[in-house]
Amino acid sequence: MLKLSEVHQIFEQGTINEKHVLKGIDLDVEQGDFITIIGGNGAGKSTMLNAIAGNFVITSGKIEIDNTDVTRMPVYKRAKHIGRVFQDPRMGTATDMTIEENLAIAYRRGKPRTLKWGITNKERDYFREVLSQLDLGLENRLKDKTRFLSGGQRQALTLLMASFHHPKILLLDEHTAALDPKTAAKVLELTVKIVGENKLTAMMVTHNMRDALRVGNRLIMMNKGNCILNINAEEKKGLDVPDLLNMFEKASGEKMENDRMLLD
Amino acid sequence: MSLFINAGAQGLLWAVMAIGVYITYRILDIADLTAEGCFTLGAAVTCRLITGGVSPLVSTVAALGAGLVAGLVTGVLHTKFKIPALLAGILTMTALWSVNLRVMGKSNIPLLKKGTLLTMLSDMGLEKDVAAIVAGLILTVLVIAFLWWFFNTETGYVIRATGDNKNMISAQGVDTNKTIIIGVMLGNGLIALSASLVAQYNSFADISMGIGTIVIGLASVIIGEVVFGKRNILHSLIAVALGSVLYRIIIAIVLKLGLRADDMKLISAVMLVIALCFPGVRDMVTKNLKNSVKRGGSQNA
Repeated sequence: MLKLSEVHQIFEQGTINEKHVLKGIDLDVEQGDFITIIGGNGAGKSTMLNAIAGNFVITSGKIEIDNTDVTRMPVYKRAKHIGRVFQDPRMGTATDMTIEENLAIAYRRGKPRTLKWGITNKERDYFREVLSQLDLGLENRLKDKTRFLSGGQRQALTLLMASFHHPKILLLDEHTAALDPKTAAKVLELTVKIVGENKLTAMMVTHNMRDALRVGNRLIMMNKGNCILNINAEEKKGLDVPDLLNMFEKASGEKMENDRMLLD
Repeated sequence: MSLFINAGAQGLLWAVMAIGVYITYRILDIADLTAEGCFTLGAAVTCRLITGGVSPLVSTVAALGAGLVAGLVTGVLHTKFKIPALLAGILTMTALWSVNLRVMGKSNIPLLKKGTLLTMLSDMGLEKDVAAIVAGLILTVLVIAFLWWFFNTETGYVIRATGDNKNMISAQGVDTNKTIIIGVMLGNGLIALSASLVAQYNSFADISMGIGTIVIGLASVIIGEVVFGKRNILHSLIAVALGSVLYRIIIAIVLKLGLRADDMKLISAVMLVIALCFPGVRDMVTKNLKNSVKRGGSQNA
């Protein structure tokens, strides 16, 4: 499904600010996997998702989606297969455009944009129906600009937009981190529901260890640009947070450092 | 009264220019200085063709085409060559100065007794300013109707989203280089089209007539939005056109108060400064310059 081989990423190579962020990541993601990713500050979690999405061309290594080499493919071409939700709720929608306009843009992801109307009445009905399933009252606000939505509403909307047409991979980069705990729980619940119902393959970065254990079938722990733990469904079942911290310390030889993680 | 008719005529002729600036500045979130050279280009092409015996209508359409090409150059410089938008516009603007002199062959082309779109209307018995109002109104309405349709198509949606959130729109599978190029072309095409009518109204093209275009355009956009609001695309387009008229009325009043026509550029700059001194307005504008100073079009990490 998704395969990363020996992926290295060095930012500002050859300068005094050189940063070797990914140090030879190897990863095999199977169809239907829901992988949670945890790790300390600067472990390379977001960089790995950005590399998969194509925000930059990796320094070396290979990325394949369904046996197609996408290593040099720009973001907009990979987007056909990839749905994304970002940490910053403002990043997922065009804020000066309405809810229905945003949905219509996402509904055409990966298709050529023509001179036909940007949205049809049939789509409007469909959007109203899927929005009502979110249970946030958005179905009555199709013509509101997304700037007027709360962070949680925007993330829910972005999640919906990202999962249209069953993307091959759904990338979630700490998408609940900027929300208050109650809203975060609700958005996570919605994430699990959407991934489950659509049988999506997903990768979710989180700083919440409990969420990382509770959700998904696989867990990856990253440290300083390496995947130091790759826990499968069987092993994952019996684990709790202290186990996870122990495993981290054993694998990395140091204590987990993540400001936000300590707060949880 | 005649003062206001004159201001209305000028405002409507320049309204399409303001709408062009609105497209690059507001919708694409780019401060595009191509406008300065592009305005002269539209006038130059039209006057050269009309004096060469080409029909006024064809000459006007040719100006539109020339503006599209100027926009294409800036768009490609910005997106493909990754030159910051502000600099890309300045480069095209500078190059256009020479191009315009080549097109005109001299620094001023008068349209002495030549037929223009406006003389066609005055031949039907309309006074000069009334003819300009009719022509400006027809053109502005047509342009607004076209843009309202265009910005509600699939392509229009993604162009709007490009200026709004480049990160989001590339994640939705859209090549932002393409959308930026189309938007910059459209904006400059309209600026040249407006210049064509202004030249036909003034009965001349002059090499320096484009100086100050961007300030006049921005002033119209901001006055329009502040006074008339911006609920949606159609609302904004109408507001900008009315802003252009209001701008001319303010200029007319200031001139009436004793300032000279030579002071025009100073007045327009001061007007924009005054508008920008209101905190609400300033926020609206500065928030909007983020894309111009950043590097090229496909940048979005």
